[in-house]
Amino acid sequence: MLSTLPAAELLDLFLRFLTLSLLSIGGAMSTAPEMHRYLVVERGWLGEADFTTAIALAQAAPGPNVLFVPVLGFQVAGLAGAAAALLGILLPSTLLSLGVSRWGATRRDTPLVRAFTAGLAPVTVGLTFATGWLLALPFLANPAQRAGALLLIALTAAVTLKTKLAPMWMIAVGATLGAAGFM
Amino acid sequence: MTTPPPAGATDRPASPLAVFIAFSLLALQGFGGVLAVAQRELVDRRNWLSRAEFVELYAVAQLLPGPNVVNLSLMIGDRYFGWRGALAAIGGMLLAPLLVVLALAASYQQLAQYPAVAGALRGMGAVAAGLILTMALKMLATLRGNVLGPALCTALGLVTLAAIAVLRMPLAWVVIGLGLSGWGLARWRIALLDARRARSRKDDESC
Repeated sequence: MLSTLPAAELLDLFLRFLTLSLLSIGGAMSTAPEMHRYLVVERGWLGEADFTTAIALAQAAPGPNVLFVPVLGFQVAGLAGAAAALLGILLPSTLLSLGVSRWGATRRDTPLVRAFTAGLAPVTVGLTFATGWLLALPFLANPAQRAGALLLIALTAAVTLKTKLAPMWMIAVGATLGAAGFM
Repeated sequence: MTTPPPAGATDRPASPLAVFIAFSLLALQGFGGVLAVAQRELVDRRNWLSRAEFVELYAVAQLLPGPNVVNLSLMIGDRYFGWRGALAAIGGMLLAPLLVVLALAASYQQLAQYPAVAGALRGMGAVAAGLILTMALKMLATLRGNVLGPALCTALGLVTLAAIAVLRMPLAWVVIGLGLSGWGLARWRIALLDARRARSRKDDESC
């Protein structure tokens, strides 16, 4: 499967992710709600389950979490979609980061830069909570899955906060319980 | 700008290819996050960076838009071999894991017809949601020393959450609108704190 999408729509996908790139302060995951709005609600290219699957696959596989982005692109339009989504999300932020890091670590203590860090921190935390909430919502909205999902989320939080266990093992437990019909 | 290796580091990569290989190897070990593996490989095992250098670069990487570990990789690569090093580091970080995850995604589409596979993915999805919510909880702790103070931090965070999760507003409006508000408020608080500190210093002197 190379591409199932007309070139114009593929370009639209690329351009949309290009603009998201500069907004992804705190990581690509903070733009997940906006990708959801675009891919699931606005365009209808993906279902709720496809969206959560992309994030679950990227978490289960090795590598940076940003790889959920090419998986979303792949689900929409095959390899061409994966390339469009990954290049889109990385190109602007990478060029900006290169420029800024060269421009100066020396200015980090100026009030303007300190204010930037401090002012954006609570917004980033709010965005991360929103992402977690939107990911949990499809399970919580389905009465057949609600109890199991809540239990898995609580278990994951407890293990993450209390132990140094690698997330890979928690994902494996979730997969095993899910396959056994737990939720 | 290709700066010499930072103080504290005892070694440096021999070539962009060495950078590419090192980053490929560490990325493939990073299940559920690469940062911890990156620190162990680059600081403890290869000695390309001192621990303090690593933390400093990561702080800058977090501020900038884009995936933190990708920004971190590009800064480390750039430091040794300019843009070629940056490209080698990002390529190493992304290429091999990308192939793995796309292979998973492709075979998932064929396997999805089995109820057990769909169930497994649901279970993994719930765990993924739990991981991200916990990450958000842990991030709360970093707000403790924020110049905005607890009340403003809570207000900004809650308004962001409501705008995205409840009102489903476009991210651009939220980040630009609330980000600029946060920036302005923080700038005002820093000026206020500086003025207060200057005043108390003057009081001390007059005593």
